[in-house]
Formats: sequence, structure tokens, C-alpha cells
Amino acid sequence: MTGKTITRTDFYETVYQKVGLSRVESAELVESVLNEISDALERGETVKLSSFGSFVVRSKGRRIGRNPKTGEEVPIEPRRVLVFKPSAVLKARINS
Amino acid sequence: MIKSELISKIAQQNPHLYQRDVEMIVNAILDEIADALSRGDRVELRGFGAFSVRQRRARQGRNPRTGDKVAVDEKVVPFFKSGKEMRERLNGGDEG
Repeated sequence: MTGKTITRTDFYETVYQKVGLSRVESAELVESVLNEISDALERGETVKLSSFGSFVVRSKGRRIGRNPKTGEEVPIEPRRVLVFKPSAVLKARINS
Repeated sequence: MIKSELISKIAQQNPHLYQRDVEMIVNAILDEIADALSRGDRVELRGFGAFSVRQRRARQGRNPRTGDKVAVDEKVVPFFKSGKEMRERLNGGDEG
């Protein structure tokens, strides 16, 4: 493990290097990809990216939680959560 | 939404690009995430979420069909945590 963190600017640079668009446009396209995925998830759609994995929106019901510090019971309202299910290909790639 | 639909959507928004360029962009992003995770690096996309890897210890598992004991090797699994903005978008905007 090298312990590095990859961020947006790394993606802008990769797209710029690989596709031959301007830096500005490369950055815009990376943002478009993320926005389209986010919009679909906001609509409640599952986003399946073959050989990578799926992003799934799950609805959670109301439940009683507890403040771990005070022990006080607090209701956790129904909410939607996002889960990522890695594909078998991605799992294999990470272990190779 | 599947990968090809994501690609067509972005291609439609960018009529000056070839579909195969958009395909290359989407694949470049996904490959960069996979490569980072294989190195043990983290990927942080503010507003969207963060990808990281988690180590799983070797364990004694069982074949659920036959009940036989099987040794499961230690492995690394991908992990995704949704970003704050994403969680807010999934829940109508004002909660975390």
C-alpha cells in the first residue's frame, strides 16, 4: 500500500492525457460523468457499470437508534442510502 | 442505467465528440479507480463518495450447499462510502 489519495484533478489529467481534449474540456467531461451517475441515483435508479460494479439506492425504514455517548434513544427516520457492489472482475483485479 | 446508456447520454450532450471518445473517457475514469484500489490507494470524489480497500483476514468458511469446511484466503475488498452531498441529494436535500 502506498497510502495515496486520488482526487478529481488526477482524473482530469488522465482524461486529458488519454483523449486529446483541452484541459478545461477534460475536466468538464469528468464532471459530466459523475453528474449523470448522481442524477440517475437521485432518481432512484441502479447504475450498473459492467466489469466495475453497481451503485444501488436502498430505502431504509424508520428504526430506533441510540446515542452511544448518552444511551439516549433517538429515532432514525426512513432514508435512502447508496451502496456500491463491486463486480467479480473488480474484486479479482484488486487481489491480483 | 447501464454503462452504454451513460455513454450515449454524455455523447448526446457533446455532439462534437465521437461516441468512442466518450467511451474512452468513462473507461479511463473507471480504470483509474480500479488501478488506485489495486495499489491500495484511496479515491476521493468530493460530493460523490470515496473508494478505498479493506483487508479481510483468512478464515474458515463453509460450502453452503454441502456444509464442507473450506479455507478462505485473506483478501482485499473494495469499499465505497457515499459523500455528504450525495447522501443529502438522496434524501431531499436538507439532511445528512
